[in-house]
Amino acid sequence: METAFILEKLILVVIVFVVTLVIAMYSTLAERKIAGFMQDRYGPDRAGIAGILQPLCDGGKFFFKEEIIPAGAHKPLFILGPTLAIITACISSAVIPWGQNLTIGDKVITLQVADVNIGVLYIFGVIALGVYGIMLGGWASNNKFSLMGAIRAASQSISYEIAMGLSIIALLMVTQSLSIGDIVAQQKGFVNWNIWVQPLGFLIFMTCAFAECNRVPFDLPECETELVGGYHTEYSSMKLGLYMFSEYINMFVSSALMAALYFGGYNFPFMYDLGLSENWITIIGVIVFFLKIFGFIFFFMWVRWTLPRFRYDQLMNLGWKMLIPLAIANIVLTGVITIIVEEYFK
Amino acid sequence: MTIFYFVAFLSIFFALMTIFTKNPVHSVLYLVITFATFTVHYILLNAQFLAAVNFIVYMGAIMVLFLFVLMLLNLNKESEPMKSNLVKIMGVIAGMCLIVTFLGAFRLLESNNAMVQGHENIGLVKNLGKVLFSDFLLPFEISSILLLTAMVGAVLLAKKETRVKQHG
Repeated sequence: METAFILEKLILVVIVFVVTLVIAMYSTLAERKIAGFMQDRYGPDRAGIAGILQPLCDGGKFFFKEEIIPAGAHKPLFILGPTLAIITACISSAVIPWGQNLTIGDKVITLQVADVNIGVLYIFGVIALGVYGIMLGGWASNNKFSLMGAIRAASQSISYEIAMGLSIIALLMVTQSLSIGDIVAQQKGFVNWNIWVQPLGFLIFMTCAFAECNRVPFDLPECETELVGGYHTEYSSMKLGLYMFSEYINMFVSSALMAALYFGGYNFPFMYDLGLSENWITIIGVIVFFLKIFGFIFFFMWVRWTLPRFRYDQLMNLGWKMLIPLAIANIVLTGVITIIVEEYFK
Repeated sequence: MTIFYFVAFLSIFFALMTIFTKNPVHSVLYLVITFATFTVHYILLNAQFLAAVNFIVYMGAIMVLFLFVLMLLNLNKESEPMKSNLVKIMGVIAGMCLIVTFLGAFRLLESNNAMVQGHENIGLVKNLGKVLFSDFLLPFEISSILLLTAMVGAVLLAKKETRVKQHG
């Protein structure tokens, strides 16, 4: 029993890990293809059919590039920076439920690596840890611009974490559970999705997710054109690749989180009215979940080619003077509505 | 129990490294690892919520701010002012007093046998929340007012400087 359990979880971990990496890899291609589509050009189409091998070429290029560690850099921390960034990006997907239970013979397999009862808090812990990768990388480079970039990135990340946490609290007041598995299981069908009860919370959460992933319009941590890059100015070859890659993984995980917390995760409309067996519902659910995730990833890219970058003071004003008060108002509103519904409509 | 001793060893080891390392940024990083071992201690004590909060607040927020300040100040061996002997002696005496206080407190603990663990779900969010909002409501509210006061005070301190600049 014990070994079977460990083996089952191990296989699941490997699958989740591989899927995460592959999706992150092809997000880079998708990004350039979508950029091409939006700007009325082809995008990469030389490597393989329609550019399908482009991510592999990019990866190979990163591996074979010369690796430069600046002379004045603090070597152990310089290496630790991108390592921490990629590790924290990879472990955050552990608590996301990918589907319902799969029954094979008399064995029930849960499609979730770890159903921790404080899953939401776990995610926040991992996000908080991700800041260290950026800060250490920037500081260890021993370059003023890297240091300023790191501090810019870290203060952005910390500022938006607060609004993100507050928007989640309103969601928790509705779901009454900190376990992501429970939160998704509550959103059966279509009308029970949390987006219908927490539209404002979702908007705040999504804005903060953009900021946490350093995506446009919040990509000041890594803007090459105006601010001399950012925390990764001194990085080259695969270390730079790891920073970029961790960003794409973060984008995938936050898309999965948005889909799971607000858009019903693996639940889809009429899931119990089609007369399908449990296993089929689970399999379709997983596919639906990934479609939702891809939808959000597309949205991330769509916004990138639509909105210009914010100025730094605008970014801070939006975070502290708009999103945090809005999130607090959302909490109060949620509380009042919950009490009114419980008092008068039940 | 062996896990406890191993993690306790790690805690003490990294705590000592925090003190003895010369580079302030290394010092903060060792402190972060020390807090990580504390998180493991909380999990071993069935206090999951406390573990998560310790992880998020101490490791994720407070230590990042420490790192922030240290990186901006760019302290190092050369620029660190030498402390006078008087300060060192005062530090030793204060540390000794702390040890005596701790020893006294721990002796008291042993005689009361406070290590008896309640039921194992006591540390879950639900149970902790219920206890905080029923049995310990007043201390809980008072401590939140304390935190709020500190927050307002911090904002006020940060605000004052710009106001002086504007008028002067």
